[in-house]
Amino acid sequence: MISIEDVCKTYDTRFGPRTVLDRVNLRLERGRNVGILGRNGAGKSTLIRLISGAEHPTSGRIRRHMSVSWPLAFGGAFQVHLTGLDNLKFVCRIYGVDYKPLIPFVEDFTELGVYFREPVHHYSNGMLTRLAFALSMAVEFDCFLIDEAMVVGDARFHERCHVELFQKRKDRAFILVTHDPEVIRLYCQSACVLHQGRLHTFDSVDKAYDFYQSSTP
Amino acid sequence: MDPAAPPETSLLRSLAVQRRVLYALMMREIITRFGRQNLGVLWVFVEPMIFTVGVAALWTALGMNHGSNIPIVAFAITGYSSVLLWRNCTNHSLGAVASNLNLLYHRNVRVIDIFLVRSMLEITGATASFAILSILSISMGWMAPPIDPLQVLFGWALLAWFGTSLALLIGAAAAYSHIVEKLWPPSAYLLFPLSGAAFMVDWLPTRLQEIVLLLPMVHAVEILREGYFGNVVRTHYDAGYLAAFCLVLSLVGLYMVREAARRVEAQ
Repeated sequence: MISIEDVCKTYDTRFGPRTVLDRVNLRLERGRNVGILGRNGAGKSTLIRLISGAEHPTSGRIRRHMSVSWPLAFGGAFQVHLTGLDNLKFVCRIYGVDYKPLIPFVEDFTELGVYFREPVHHYSNGMLTRLAFALSMAVEFDCFLIDEAMVVGDARFHERCHVELFQKRKDRAFILVTHDPEVIRLYCQSACVLHQGRLHTFDSVDKAYDFYQSSTP
Repeated sequence: MDPAAPPETSLLRSLAVQRRVLYALMMREIITRFGRQNLGVLWVFVEPMIFTVGVAALWTALGMNHGSNIPIVAFAITGYSSVLLWRNCTNHSLGAVASNLNLLYHRNVRVIDIFLVRSMLEITGATASFAILSILSISMGWMAPPIDPLQVLFGWALLAWFGTSLALLIGAAAAYSHIVEKLWPPSAYLLFPLSGAAFMVDWLPTRLQEIVLLLPMVHAVEILREGYFGNVVRTHYDAGYLAAFCLVLSLVGLYMVREAARRVEAQ
């Protein structure tokens, strides 16, 4: 279970403090999933950063009773001076997983060829995203954090991500943030809308969809 | 077994996670800083060795032992190695948070780990450099072996503690404010001549002794040199003062790190 309790996040700007998240509450049980809808700048990525633990809430608390991934396919969680293989080793060491049995999967999924053993800063965006996604799959988390905007790639890549995440790991929990209601309809059991710092919870995806359409022009 | 995160946090499990994270960060730090080309990881002590050898040569030429009965090579090696020990820890803590920001997305990686790893690496480098240079010089007959190796170790350990806790404080303060990043390097430079590396406290006038002995690293260097040279030198130090200073510094440093971690903004 993950529970987000009265979480606020304020950033200091030159024009004074700006509240991005205002008393946000959310509960997610093991094996369940939720989609969070929000326009650009609604605070979706901030929420993901707080849940992943990269940043701390200004007030309130987040409790995690299952293991939570870093944002899926997020290339920023890596070291560009290291090779793809070194990044795999790093991630495996952090989470206590043996990296050797994972090399074939990562090489196969990323299709990096010789670049797997080259520094990541030589990679194209597509290569980085494929590596990042493969590394997210290397550790078996209970709950995945998905920022839909980060998972960019061609149709084939999306298809393969779909198989890995929603078919092979369909017993896992996930939190998906996006601005696209169709994605939520497709993958999520329940939905929330992040609007002006507040998180609105709905018991059905359709109600969330209606609210999203009416509250945001 | 679920490898990623514990459902319940027992102390043993936390220690296991801590060990894993420190090891992973250490390997990462070594590869990014020293690379795999030429000497690779050996640079961790080759670099301080080059520094120390250069300074030892310079001091020998200048007669920096000021006509005292202390052998100059040993004086320089003990002195400059000590400077490197506390100064490298702090210098490398300055940009530590900024250059590791993206690793904080892995929840088990915390800001304190980043500082600890950098200090551990610097301590390892400085210690290896000091040990290798000592053994080399002793076997070449340029200096005598230490009279009391245990006391040398004691002084060295206290200095490492001082360096680590100062690194926490300076590193966390730098994460708060960029002014610290600008002010620390000149401060470190100015502290060097006062740090006891290039003089013995006994050579100074009494009034100056009192002032210099406010600096904790002076005590550590005096302890170390008494262990090295024995009764040949008259030393002035208070191990209790040094330990108390380090303890307070550690507490303040840990508090600052916690506060800095709360404010860190990932990318």
